[in-house]
Amino acid sequence: MFTATLVLTILGLVLGWLLGLAARLFAVEENPIVNEVEAMLPGSQCGQCGFPGCGAAAEAMVAGTAAVNCCPPGGRALTESLAQLLDVDLNSLGDAPVPLLASIEESLCTGCTKCYKACPTDAIVGATKQLHAVIPQACTGCSKCKDVCPENCISLNPEPVTLGTWHWPKPEAA
Amino acid sequence: MFGFGKIRGGVHPETHKDLTAGRSILQQLPLPRQLHMPLSQHAGVAATPLVGVGDRVLKGQLIARAAGSMSANVHASSSGVVSAIGPIVAPHPSGLPATAITIDTDGEDRWVTLEPITDPFSMDPDTLAARVEAAGIVGMGGAIFPAAVKLRQGRRFEIQTLIVNGSECEPYLTCDDHLMQERAEAVVDGARLVRHIIEAYRVVIAVEDNKPDAFAALTKAAAPHGMVEVMTVPTQYPMGSAKQLIQAVTGREIPAGQRSNDIGVLVHNVGTVFAIQQALRYGRPLISRVVTVAGGCVQSPHNVEALLGTPLRELIAACDGLKGSPARLLMGGPMMGQIVPALDTPVIKGCTGLLALTQREVNAHAPAPCIRCGRCVDACPMGLVPLEMARHSGVDDFEHAQEYGLRDCILCGSCAYVCPSHIPLVQYFEYAKGELKERKQSEQKQEYTKRLISERAARLEQEAAAKAAAKAAKKKKARKSRSRESAES
Repeated sequence: MFTATLVLTILGLVLGWLLGLAARLFAVEENPIVNEVEAMLPGSQCGQCGFPGCGAAAEAMVAGTAAVNCCPPGGRALTESLAQLLDVDLNSLGDAPVPLLASIEESLCTGCTKCYKACPTDAIVGATKQLHAVIPQACTGCSKCKDVCPENCISLNPEPVTLGTWHWPKPEAA
Repeated sequence: MFGFGKIRGGVHPETHKDLTAGRSILQQLPLPRQLHMPLSQHAGVAATPLVGVGDRVLKGQLIARAAGSMSANVHASSSGVVSAIGPIVAPHPSGLPATAITIDTDGEDRWVTLEPITDPFSMDPDTLAARVEAAGIVGMGGAIFPAAVKLRQGRRFEIQTLIVNGSECEPYLTCDDHLMQERAEAVVDGARLVRHIIEAYRVVIAVEDNKPDAFAALTKAAAPHGMVEVMTVPTQYPMGSAKQLIQAVTGREIPAGQRSNDIGVLVHNVGTVFAIQQALRYGRPLISRVVTVAGGCVQSPHNVEALLGTPLRELIAACDGLKGSPARLLMGGPMMGQIVPALDTPVIKGCTGLLALTQREVNAHAPAPCIRCGRCVDACPMGLVPLEMARHSGVDDFEHAQEYGLRDCILCGSCAYVCPSHIPLVQYFEYAKGELKERKQSEQKQEYTKRLISERAARLEQEAAAKAAAKAAKKKKARKSRSRESAES
């Protein structure tokens, strides 16, 4: 009994030490800027940028393979702060993807609750066999709800312009 | 004397006030068949409707309640039946729809039972402020800021001077001028009531010196009440802007980023003060206002007392219609007024005027490049550098535009008025301010979604833990019962 305990303990300690050593020796070096960029991104892992998540997008942005304006939920504000951090000329960027909002077609919704379970920001409210609705203030347009909807009743559209969001366009240059 | 009465910059546009100046306010407009009451006629959140389609409403009945503290009540301006609650063309340059309650009037014009106050001066100021709030009164000079919010702010600060703004510096407009001439007693009474609410030491009614009749009427009305001073200020645009008027009356300038409260001054428009008097003395909610209908295309320009919600077309009809097709329709004055997309849009609380301008009056020119003459700098009443602000806004460099004072810009249009190159400077500033607001909103949304994501993660973790605990408990129970069974057997 005693020998077995001793052997297992020593084995555990030695292996643990080896693991620790390996973690130090073979540590993957992370670019601190990647972490900084990732902290600035929304973090909803929505994948609208075409990368599997915000971490991968941050890496691609730092490496220069993704444009700093590829994050639709982040909008202009994020694009500008990223451009400043990564020293990218804003004028060199193409048109940014427009932020989208999900909306549920009321006549088709069966209240299956699949979409609200999938929503990363809890932007859909509803209950079993009850009509579901999207809270536009919380929706990031990630389309996860659309992918799981069995009734195909969710659509993603650009945010409509309202009296509260409309402003004068830039005058045409003389 | 001590530089009082002087403001920085400013312009002297042709006033065109003679169009309507000699004519008294038209009181009895034919009752419109339909009234459209927009839910958002004020700065802040839109009001929440309290009536449904098919409901009967009486004149002065509350039909939409203020949603939160930065909002305002909406009352029916005549009796009738609610026929729709839905989108109408908003009195807004975008031409976008706005939600409104439409009332089919029944022609009876029957009032709800009003609750007048016999002696408001004996009442508690907070109660009076609540009455002003209930009456749905907002800044009637065009700022449409809820009046009760301003009164309550005034109560929190020590207000030395209450200024009643009767300067009316916008060309064409004479609605305040006529209000002061024809209802001077009520304006003075209103000023005393506001003073009572905010407990100011001094009340000044400021009138531009191109309105001698209004000045005389007010002086006469104020004579029995020693505390109300009536004062003339020089005729100069933008004298009617709160910051400029405060400087002209008190000689003090509001520091950048601060408000008039911070230097102990509160400004209310004469129209607002009149509405407050009506609400407190007679219990009348805000359901009508005086509107100047003028411009080269109007047959017989007049000031009209219009029910809120009256389609603009009816106002034109009351002034004998149009001559020729107008080159531009404006709500408000020509300097700061907004383009109206159609004459179907209704009169709202902040509608000071309706102008139908001829091509000659609009005087549009194609913009030419900036020649850096600096006239806009001389004209800016806020002491900013409009040419640099516009240059940076034009290339979306809003940070530099802000450095040159974009935040302090009051959008008065003095710079664009004097610009020899006809550069639409104000549009640049509107664009820049709009973009900055949009950015701020998207940043806020991002913060919000980050919070939501972390809250959801915490919730999922909690749920998983609870599930695991429940499972463990069930297992334990099952094992216990099994061991009991084996013991029994």
